[in-house]
Amino acid sequence: MKIENAIEVRDVSMCFNLSREKVDSIKEYIIKALKRQLFYEEFWALNDVSFEIKKGDSVGLVGMNGSGKSTMLKIIAGVLRPTKGTVETTGTIAPMIELGAGFDHDLTARENIFLNGALIGYSQEMLEERFDDIISFAGLERFVDVPIKNFSSGMLARLGFSIATIVDADILIIDEILSVGDYQFQNKCKKRIREMMDRNTTVLFVSHSIEQVKEICKKAIWIDRGHVRMMGEAGEVCDAYEDPGNNG
Amino acid sequence: MKFISVFVKYRALIDQLVIRDIKTKYRRSILGLFWTVLNPLLMMAVLSIVFSYFFSRYGNIDNFPVYLLCGQVIFNFFNESTTIAMGSIIHSGELIKKVYVPKYLFPVSKVMSSGVNLLASMIALVIVMVVTRARVTPTVLLAVFPLAYVMLFSVGASLFLSAVAVSFRDLLHLYGVMTTAWMYLTPVIYPMEILENAPRWVVFIVNLNPLTAFVKIFRCVVLEGVTAPAILHIQSLVWCGIALAVGAFVFRKSQDKFILKI
Repeated sequence: MKIENAIEVRDVSMCFNLSREKVDSIKEYIIKALKRQLFYEEFWALNDVSFEIKKGDSVGLVGMNGSGKSTMLKIIAGVLRPTKGTVETTGTIAPMIELGAGFDHDLTARENIFLNGALIGYSQEMLEERFDDIISFAGLERFVDVPIKNFSSGMLARLGFSIATIVDADILIIDEILSVGDYQFQNKCKKRIREMMDRNTTVLFVSHSIEQVKEICKKAIWIDRGHVRMMGEAGEVCDAYEDPGNNG
Repeated sequence: MKFISVFVKYRALIDQLVIRDIKTKYRRSILGLFWTVLNPLLMMAVLSIVFSYFFSRYGNIDNFPVYLLCGQVIFNFFNESTTIAMGSIIHSGELIKKVYVPKYLFPVSKVMSSGVNLLASMIALVIVMVVTRARVTPTVLLAVFPLAYVMLFSVGASLFLSAVAVSFRDLLHLYGVMTTAWMYLTPVIYPMEILENAPRWVVFIVNLNPLTAFVKIFRCVVLEGVTAPAILHIQSLVWCGIALAVGAFVFRKSQDKFILKI
């Protein structure tokens, strides 16, 4: 792996098995099993995808629904293991694939900060030290000891974002999370992401909002049906992606 | 070595998962944590009233309440920890799909949460021993061995069950039946003498049963004040080794496929 790279993706392919049809009877089951007629159909969500992302770069992934963007992010975050190929990353990853994935809704905001922080891999001492910062960024001072099942979705997203970004990660993975929360909070998030980028955090960003990609990212990768269709400057790639002539 | 460093790194997460389990389990109940002591006491009271009458013809069991509670503590821990841990991967599905965490932490943390209950039921045991004026000998300290055995065995069984349950969900429903049978094949409630007239294969299974060995050792050191025969320790260690090896092997083999099935 080259030193200047934060993420290296080499020939990654990902295959899922889709259940093709329901088997209703034991007889059918046995016949199909004997004929080895798969109950599964292979679906290649990604096909030989390769790219490199340099340290400190901010890269947007664009593409239609189902093109494989989220699958790619999950592979980079280590959640999914690719069927073929390798992914190498350096440093810590703050995955924001869904904010507050590890929240327990019966626990209070305070308790969830420690639980969620531990999931991301933070130490308890650090969480105690930065506790007030986490709460104040999320704007939840009045609700620290309320069980989060009573929170609105915006409050949950704020809390999740605040925990995930309290320390600078080397790689920040953001999947569609800026679509939650009001514009005020969105601006706060963007500001914090920019600050992290200034401190050399690598950002990988997925959004359906082309404006946000252009606004935040310097570069972009267009993924189309599991293949890399185009890579380059964010503006160029986004324009090509948005050109109706190129999609069909 | 990598295993150990990963374990140290995620130590805080295990603590948090255990704290979470205990907090959510007793939240909103008036007696709260006190239930962990009260529950085994009440169960023991019910069972010992019923069964001390039934088993009186097999001669007097010395201190039936303590005899019973010793068996119950061990068996209930195994039953509770494995039953909860079995569903731990399935129930953590949302999390496993979104954040990378070593997956074995989920079943292991469930066993440890049950371990907290096990320690609380030790308090219940002490209370019963004091109330019944049981003879306390220094061998009581050796109780850490059977407790460690049943924990290791439960970790192994939990790894196996939680991994298999992901692709074979029927296990969630079947397992309750299996543990009921398992309980009757473990001398929890009944004295060993009851098996004198039982078919030989039943006696064979009861003696092979790892939980029988743990319970016997536990009763030796707590109730009878003697050290347990070495053969029981060997049997226990072999079972723990088998459970951990099989559990870890099956879990490792299937863990990359979890995310596709939950």
